[in-house]
Amino acid sequence: MKTKDYQNGLRDGVAVALGYFAVSFTFGMASAADGLSILQAVLISLTNVTSAGQFSGLAIIAAGGTYIEIALTQLVINLRYCLMSFSLAQKLDRTVPRWHRYLMAYSVTDEIFGLDASLDKALSPAYHYGVTSVAVPGWVLGTLAGAVSGNILPAFVISALGVAIYGMFLAIIIPPARQNRTVLLVVLSAMGLSFLFSILPVLNRISSGFVIIITTVTVAGIAAWLRPIEDGHSK
Amino acid sequence: MEHNIYLYILVMAGVTYLIRMLPLALSKKEITNIHVKSFLYYVPYACLAAMTFPAILHTTASIYSALAGLIVAVIAAYRGRSLLTVALLACAAVFVVERILPFLH
Repeated sequence: MKTKDYQNGLRDGVAVALGYFAVSFTFGMASAADGLSILQAVLISLTNVTSAGQFSGLAIIAAGGTYIEIALTQLVINLRYCLMSFSLAQKLDRTVPRWHRYLMAYSVTDEIFGLDASLDKALSPAYHYGVTSVAVPGWVLGTLAGAVSGNILPAFVISALGVAIYGMFLAIIIPPARQNRTVLLVVLSAMGLSFLFSILPVLNRISSGFVIIITTVTVAGIAAWLRPIEDGHSK
Repeated sequence: MEHNIYLYILVMAGVTYLIRMLPLALSKKEITNIHVKSFLYYVPYACLAAMTFPAILHTTASIYSALAGLIVAVIAAYRGRSLLTVALLACAAVFVVERILPFLH
């Protein structure tokens, strides 16, 4: 039974791995553009397994931010995993030993959580591991391929690649903003607020990491207060 | 960069793992508060938007090439292109504009 769950996970994980390869390829290229070595880029992907968190971390590393900034940024941007892990904890069979929970936590991502949550029975750790053992290699190999091509490309190409990270961010936030008016308002308000921080006297001395945290908590807080989501888990 | 990159990586990985692990290890109850759920739902959008603008304007050699990259990325993302496609199109726009700019001055 466990073998069957693991095999189902492997099968469902293939699509995730292909998608991951494309995204982490961009991450690898962006890392190279920001001066990280291939090993460092791959190490980040292997230990973090999160797109938005890694890109934001990379932005702070490139800007030479403080360790507190990088920790707080990861906390804020990855806070959604908290919600997913709470949800998975409900779905796990009560008899599952505790050490599985520590191991499964490694690969709670938007996509893997999505697969776990879509099962109509109790979640078996074997299924989660099956998805993970295809998806994470996709994520790491994509990073490796991206970092290698980033390191062999000429300098004038690398300078254009600096914009890749922001192109990715826009590709993540714009499609949902198109479909959901509140998300659109959240995106525009956050951009407006961080722009104000960059031009107003005194405020423009605050480091970029903290501006991101202040902006995120303020805008998401106001949106949650005024426009709570309706179905409770609208992806 | 005077900071140690491996220490940055350790901090990132540690914080991210704890966020994922603590609810799994400790929780027996689901979050039901709609405002907390909504906050967590909006956080990634607010965060990514704040990181993108205005930082994107200062990431290339000229603000004009950055604007070209921004506009192309917004259009491509609006049309639902994949992450890699949007990123590469934005890079291509920057590259092309930076090749053309010297001829305009």
